[in-house]
Amino acid sequence: MNRKLRTAFLLLAAAGVAVASAQQSRSTVEEIERYRAALGDGNPAELWEARGEDLWKQKRGPKNASLEKCDLGLGPGVVKGAYTVLPKYFADTDKVQDLESRLVTCMVTLQGFTPEEAKKDPFGGPSHKVPMDALVAYITSQSRGMKMNVAGSHPKEREAYEVGRKIFFFRGGPHDFACATCHGADNMRIRLQDLPNLTKTADAQRAYGSWPAYRVSQGEVRSFQWRLNDCFRQQRFPELEFVSPASIALTMFLAKNANGGTFDAPSIKR
Amino acid sequence: MKKTTALAISSALALVAGCAGMMGEEKNYDQEALAMMRASFKEHGQAKLDRLDQDDMQRLCSEYSQKPMPKEVSEKLEREQQAAIKYPADGKYLGDYKSGERIAQSGQGMQYNDNPANPSGANCYACHQLSKAELSFGTIGPSLYNFGKIRGFTPEMQKYAYGKVYNSQAFSACSNMPRFGHKHILTEQQVKDVVALLIDPESPVNK
Repeated sequence: MNRKLRTAFLLLAAAGVAVASAQQSRSTVEEIERYRAALGDGNPAELWEARGEDLWKQKRGPKNASLEKCDLGLGPGVVKGAYTVLPKYFADTDKVQDLESRLVTCMVTLQGFTPEEAKKDPFGGPSHKVPMDALVAYITSQSRGMKMNVAGSHPKEREAYEVGRKIFFFRGGPHDFACATCHGADNMRIRLQDLPNLTKTADAQRAYGSWPAYRVSQGEVRSFQWRLNDCFRQQRFPELEFVSPASIALTMFLAKNANGGTFDAPSIKR
Repeated sequence: MKKTTALAISSALALVAGCAGMMGEEKNYDQEALAMMRASFKEHGQAKLDRLDQDDMQRLCSEYSQKPMPKEVSEKLEREQQAAIKYPADGKYLGDYKSGERIAQSGQGMQYNDNPANPSGANCYACHQLSKAELSFGTIGPSLYNFGKIRGFTPEMQKYAYGKVYNSQAFSACSNMPRFGHKHILTEQQVKDVVALLIDPESPVNK
């Protein structure tokens, strides 16, 4: 199937899901699982993964270098399984970093971009493709089927986890919302959308293991940084800055809660 | 007597907290989290950084989100929130249920990409079942289908519903529900319209 046909099919399937859920009160997640299974390996995220692999190997930036020597946590150049150990503490930056912030570091140190250039334009859209989404799709795809294994034992990792927990339960803004408002109890739904309880292991494993995702409704692969950014928008908070310390601490909390779960992304979502 | 007991309890708690601190256990990361958040968010449109400044309710409910809130704390919180409710000067609580239904459907408002010139919705259906016709409803809050039919159409119930929509914390400390009147998400007229959706006998909620 070509990509356009495939996308049209996905949209039809999504519409079918909405009707079926409404009529039979079937779980939306079950329906999405069903059409995901029907699609087999037809996830458009593959296009981002391929583009990301090219970008990883391509000589770019003022230093005309590739990212192939980038240390993502398992040693320079090791991509296989790297996402399962992130976020983690890196001695060279003396910081806890997630995938996106680590890519920024490598774009600066290896390729010679300024931090501002490396962080610019982190999220793409249907007519606006950016390197970050593709790199994230490629690198995460190399952890597919592996178990999440975030260490969290370095004092800075422990601190990031505890601060991340505080941020998760922090109520604020005009609506008094925290992450926990929607993601702190079992079997909750917003409209027809099932909500994972991110304080419980099984839900956290399933949810964290499903990002990044190709969002059918947006025609784009969305990274975990995007997921957090958009949650805070809906929480009515100010804008969470890309690869900010709070975004990494919160990711630490959520990723470590997913330890032991099978990573199964880039996935495909409505 | 009550004051003495409360004082004794808080002194004991302070002592326990102090000991835990000395042992290096149970470190409280509140200050770190707040400082980190202030450094990690940027203002965008109507969403300024002061949205990270917690009021008493937000601070206490965050603090007690993973442990039970002592009764005296929750009761004090409810009393304070109750005292801050502004009931309509005309003593009328019922607005237009049709407008209430539109407000209940709309999730517009207060996000940084929303136009502040447009009226906000309350997005009631995100969390509650209301009319029987709307099948796309959430389950974070209880079903409100037949609210008036079950609880009565009395002026007392109208006033209760007005207060609950205006400030849910006044009746149930640390409820997940936004304080629609207290935080100026909805206008007084909009709160009345939502009350009508719940209590007007003609409303689809009571059909």
